[in-house]
Amino acid sequence: MAGKGESWLRSESAQGYALISPPFLYAVLLLAAPLVTILAYSFFQDGYLTVVHEFTLQNYIATWTDPIFRVILVRSLFVAGLVTLITVALAFPIAYYLSFGLAPNQKARWIFLITIPFWTSYLIRVFLWKVILGYNGVINSALESIGIIGPNGLIADPLQMLNSVGAIALTLAHAYAPFAILPIFVSLEKIDRSLLEAGQDLGESRWRTFLRVTLPLAMPGVVAATLIVFIPTVGDYVTPELIGGGKMPMVANLIQAQMLPLDNRPMGSAIAVSSLLVVAALSLVFLWLNRRFLKVGK
Amino acid sequence: MKIPSLKIYAIAYLIFLYAPIFLLPLFAFNDGTIIAFPLKGFTTDWFAKMAENDTLRHALSNSLIIALTSSAGATILAIFAARASTRYRFKGKGGIMGLILLPMVLPDILMGMSLLLVMLEVLKVNLSIATVILGHVIISLPYAIAVLQTAFATLDQSLEEAAVDLGETRMSTFRLIVLPLVMPGIISAFLISFTISLDEFIVAFFLAGNQPTLPTYIFSQLRFPSAIPVIMALGTCLVAASILLLSVAEFFRRRGVKRTGAKDTGGFL
Repeated sequence: MAGKGESWLRSESAQGYALISPPFLYAVLLLAAPLVTILAYSFFQDGYLTVVHEFTLQNYIATWTDPIFRVILVRSLFVAGLVTLITVALAFPIAYYLSFGLAPNQKARWIFLITIPFWTSYLIRVFLWKVILGYNGVINSALESIGIIGPNGLIADPLQMLNSVGAIALTLAHAYAPFAILPIFVSLEKIDRSLLEAGQDLGESRWRTFLRVTLPLAMPGVVAATLIVFIPTVGDYVTPELIGGGKMPMVANLIQAQMLPLDNRPMGSAIAVSSLLVVAALSLVFLWLNRRFLKVGK
Repeated sequence: MKIPSLKIYAIAYLIFLYAPIFLLPLFAFNDGTIIAFPLKGFTTDWFAKMAENDTLRHALSNSLIIALTSSAGATILAIFAARASTRYRFKGKGGIMGLILLPMVLPDILMGMSLLLVMLEVLKVNLSIATVILGHVIISLPYAIAVLQTAFATLDQSLEEAAVDLGETRMSTFRLIVLPLVMPGIISAFLISFTISLDEFIVAFFLAGNQPTLPTYIFSQLRFPSAIPVIMALGTCLVAASILLLSVAEFFRRRGVKRTGAKDTGGFL
């Protein structure tokens, strides 16, 4: 017994578990446990200055029967869907260029250039779009100073661009662009280049080789890019607040209002869990459709 | 799919990515109180005003404390996770790593609100910069792991075996062989975590209580038009600092790849 225990302690699995346990414990305590807490609180009830720890479905009923919640949820999903479509469509040619158009020693430099804006203050980048699109902002004042906007110009009044779904979508698409490029790039890099040569040797045109070989093989990257952009954008707080001017709230703004100023944490939790479930369900449907589509394609 | 037209597209795309950032220095040095064209003239007043601001200095020192501590924590935890996931096989590895890497895809607000709930309702602790540090470790850990995994994965295992054969213990092998080889990766992971923490807004917004950090201070100032030029100056400094930190991180990442003799496939992810 002792010998067996000792050999297990020296075994590869035991060492692996020993090494992984500090980060794993940290994630359990500060990620998994808090998420479970949200779930639990979504079934509690808010009393005055305190929380009543009794099981109730009231928060969920209130959430789903509230037309405002439904409008905000639909808006969040629509904006996130639009942003995902724009970012992935714009990102694909970039990823393709990085993978097929560049010498190997140039790739790292380009990827670095693309990722820099992504790491630099998200808040400031969003705020800059407010400055760019504002009524007295960069675009309007630039058009005014060259005479396009004004009493004698083509357009009489400055353009009203802020506080719209389009402005929110543009800002988010700009913020999440690198998120979409990297997964597609990784899947393109994995493609065996001889497959493409084979396609062309067998008489396919470059375009048809792209459609029938490259694109299907790049699909895992496209799927990953879609989810990696869609899920965080549904839950974005800063952009609707700054670019939507507080008039176009999305789910995160609703949650923040419940958690902090209104101090109804069970309600905030129920909204978060409800939204998360909808996003998870949509993601699963997307993955399932994709698998089906790819199978039929073969 | 002709390559020259793709190249033009790629360059246009880069310009689109960078254009907003270039407005920062343009208006930070502009002698006008509103952010609009035409530019008025050159001034460094906004930077001087920024340096005089006491709340801002407080926010800066808070942000630096948070960034230093949380990135140290994230890097140490990431060394364990990256080593375990690249070197050892064990049951449930996929699930465990999945949980640790989850914050990469989860909206940050979920981390912010769930930690807020735990701190206030379950643990009944007061919000402070300590609670922000705990949250920032969770957020930067996946990125630190991504950097370190490449560093550990490109390591030649026969080097370690040779050291053990020559009589070194496991610990001394790690210290003498593995650690020096992955050191550039460790520095890179630390700098990236530092940048993430310095720029992070939403978790700090939920968890800092009444303590300002640089991003929450910026957010609180955005509704005052008179404060905007100073924010442009501050933004210029922050973005310059981020780019500097990332460039140093990239330098170390590349050096690490070179040191282990692997091919550079590029990128942090």
